[in-house]
Amino acid sequence: MGLRFPPKVLEHILSFIDSNEDRNSVSLVCKSWFETERKTRKRVFVGNCYAVSPAAVTRRFPEMRSLTLKGKPHFADYNLVPDGWGGYAWPWIEAMAAKSSSLEEIRMKRMVVTDECLEKIAASFKDFKVLVLTSCEGFSTDGIAAIAATCRNLRVLELRECIVEDLGGDWLSYFPESSTSLVSLDFSCLDSEVKISDLERLVSRSPNLKSLKLNPAVTLDGLVSLLRCAPQLTELGTGSFAAQLKPEAFSKLSEAFSNCKQLQSLSGLWDVLPEYLPALYSVCPGLTSLNLSYATVRMPDLVELLRRCSKLQKLWVMDLIEDKGLEAVASYCKELRELRVFPSEPDLDATNIPLTEQGLVFVSKGCRKLESVLYFCVQFTNAALFTIARKRPNLKCFRLCVIEPFAPDYKTNEPLDKGFKAIAEGCRDLRRLSVSGLLSDKAFKYIGKHAKKVRMLSIAFAGDSDLMLHHLLSGCQSLKKLEIRDCPFGDTALLEHAAKLETMRSLWMSSCFVSFGACKLLSQKMPRLNVEVIDEHPPESRPESSPVERIYIYRTVAGPRMDTPEFVWTIHKNPENGVSHLAIK
Amino acid sequence: MSYRLLSVDKEELVTSPCLKERNYLGLSDCSSVDSSTIPNVVGKSNLNFKATELRLGLPESQSPERETDFGLLSPRTPDEKLLFPLLPSKDNGSATTGHKNVVSGNKRGFADTWDEFSGVKGSVRPGGGINMMLSPKVKDVSKSIQEERSHAKGGLNNAPAAKAQVVGWPPIRSYRKNTMASSTSKNTDEVDGKPGLGVLFVKVSMDGAPYLRKVDLRTYTSYQQLSSALEKMFSCFTLGQCGLHGAHGRERMSEIKLKDLLHGSEFVLTYEDKDGDWMLVGDVPWEIFTETCQKLKIMKGSDSIGLAPGAVEKSKNKERV
Repeated sequence: MGLRFPPKVLEHILSFIDSNEDRNSVSLVCKSWFETERKTRKRVFVGNCYAVSPAAVTRRFPEMRSLTLKGKPHFADYNLVPDGWGGYAWPWIEAMAAKSSSLEEIRMKRMVVTDECLEKIAASFKDFKVLVLTSCEGFSTDGIAAIAATCRNLRVLELRECIVEDLGGDWLSYFPESSTSLVSLDFSCLDSEVKISDLERLVSRSPNLKSLKLNPAVTLDGLVSLLRCAPQLTELGTGSFAAQLKPEAFSKLSEAFSNCKQLQSLSGLWDVLPEYLPALYSVCPGLTSLNLSYATVRMPDLVELLRRCSKLQKLWVMDLIEDKGLEAVASYCKELRELRVFPSEPDLDATNIPLTEQGLVFVSKGCRKLESVLYFCVQFTNAALFTIARKRPNLKCFRLCVIEPFAPDYKTNEPLDKGFKAIAEGCRDLRRLSVSGLLSDKAFKYIGKHAKKVRMLSIAFAGDSDLMLHHLLSGCQSLKKLEIRDCPFGDTALLEHAAKLETMRSLWMSSCFVSFGACKLLSQKMPRLNVEVIDEHPPESRPESSPVERIYIYRTVAGPRMDTPEFVWTIHKNPENGVSHLAIK
Repeated sequence: MSYRLLSVDKEELVTSPCLKERNYLGLSDCSSVDSSTIPNVVGKSNLNFKATELRLGLPESQSPERETDFGLLSPRTPDEKLLFPLLPSKDNGSATTGHKNVVSGNKRGFADTWDEFSGVKGSVRPGGGINMMLSPKVKDVSKSIQEERSHAKGGLNNAPAAKAQVVGWPPIRSYRKNTMASSTSKNTDEVDGKPGLGVLFVKVSMDGAPYLRKVDLRTYTSYQQLSSALEKMFSCFTLGQCGLHGAHGRERMSEIKLKDLLHGSEFVLTYEDKDGDWMLVGDVPWEIFTETCQKLKIMKGSDSIGLAPGAVEKSKNKERV
């Protein structure tokens, strides 16, 4: 009884299934489905590099062609994770070099990647095609040169916001002299100058190049000559726009852009002078993605540009756009799906920029397809949140950063509880939520109850007590990543809901009131969680009741980490310091 | 509806044994949880309970009337003590001056934060862990917001005396902060006359270390602070804390503390100035140093022989570190 497919049939069916979540479900059906699935999975995603061992992954997926790895917790982006914490790429590269030599693609985020890693990649994977490093560190331009020189079939080389030891622009000359298969090149995070002539030659012998993102060292002149070599680009990251405005320079630039008939995405624009913006007008009608978040240009000039961008789907901009500018966006950019507004002055004391909650309300009302928001604002109101929730129930990602911690609704002086309740209730498909402003435990009761699909939740300076965490961990069915800083809850809720933690990828807490004793207990009771206490002073030197600075808890089948630095405590480090007077009966 | 914390009826909880252990959590036996104030303090109750009650509240709260359903912790009330009332007032002074050095966006560990508060810690009784850790930053945030609110009543345009700088807040990536800093230093029509956005990242490399770091010079006010921060930052290399790179490639530092090395003059701290020259750190006034320093490098003593203090020798070190 029971239908049995021959493996070949199942394989064929599985070849249509790309989603790893679906494949994970498939692999749970029975042993033979597990076997067939694992032998056919080509794209492997590891959301936490310490959740599983490299050996286990290479063993399970022999046909792996693409690996995506994430290392440090998200809050590392905001300097909450000390240097040296971990996230080393080497063990993975080494394992793959030995077992998965047909690997073609590696994507890593927040990991430590050294030149040795890059050299190993270059040497080990004959058909290597794609390398994307996001927020990584630890390597130099020598490592990049190794990749450029050796990977003859390289299609994608993208360095996104990495910290790279820049030894000069020579790496560019290591690409092979014959034509390359490059489709995408992003070196926007490098500092030093590359020779424009080298770059021009590279671009000219890369007929498939579609995406090119330059670093700020590339001048306007350089940009113009590059655009002439590659008018087929669909994605462009400009270099620095700062240069003296000469009439011929402007018209050359304008002409170069107008020849780029396929340009859909534009970014870079560091130091762009408003006088240069008109050179971009010709490409505006075709743009679907525009990153102006480094352009310190004022509202009138922004509006003049944006009103031409009727197809725009993704807009990143600074608060210099003001409420008025966002009102214009709401009326001209009807296709907008994603909006990010960054602060031009990130200092905590308030700015004078007239950007308020009203700007986001305008966009929520006018842009029907809006589904992803990241908005920095000095203060907010519940009324605005009600409107946003009502108008945009299709929101999938809502990240509001009220810059002033504990800021209440500035019109009513109430907490923003009700506003976030409206968001959680109204936006049924919400997957990612970041809250801020003055929030009591109640807000989290609403979120716990209504935010059924939220997978990632970020919280700062909020709540009153343990109830807050209790609400979240007893609700939020889909929660996978929870990150919390500076909130006043302690041990109780954490211990009570320990089982929930195994259903999540990770939990980060910093500057809260969880005690060392609780961490030890949790470690003991939950062997499939790694509980890391990250604290400069060894927690054993303090009373067990004293709170720890940072905790990072994640589920793992890889067992304890072997590469923890001094300042990371885990129960495995000092087994003799285990629970003594806390004997469980 | 009352919330029954730690009710023994909760069979489904895996960790139900924990629920019985009220004592270790520092909770006294409570028969009814409805009205009593159960703190989430984890300390023993020899302390003044009220004083250690944990809350993130401003001393003059904006919202005096907020109901709580559960009565676990009373809502913030205007007379509620701020967190950590046990910090002696004189340390508030140092905490205030410490604001500047409570990091904003420096990508390193604990260096300055802890250095700043080491004085504070000394004056708090050892058992009061809760009080001395954690929210010094939050406390500072609360304090300075308090100050700003009193300024704000008079108008928004005074630069507050003590700017709140909380680590990683607002949540903006260092890449963005750094980029904005270097671009606003070119567009100097900003307020304050202060170039940049308060961040000034420079790369720091060290001979023998597998990779480099970045530091924000604006978070230090003296060479001493910079030096101790660098010691802490690079000590992970000297103590073999670099994960599994042990045998791979680059020279490894011997396992001597960097601090000892620096004091023993085997290593010197050098910087590259705006002209591209490598100079020894420490000879010019701090402010001038921050304006001219482009990069930092911890060099082996022998390599730096040509760099006499203030020397203008070009030492273009292009070799692999």
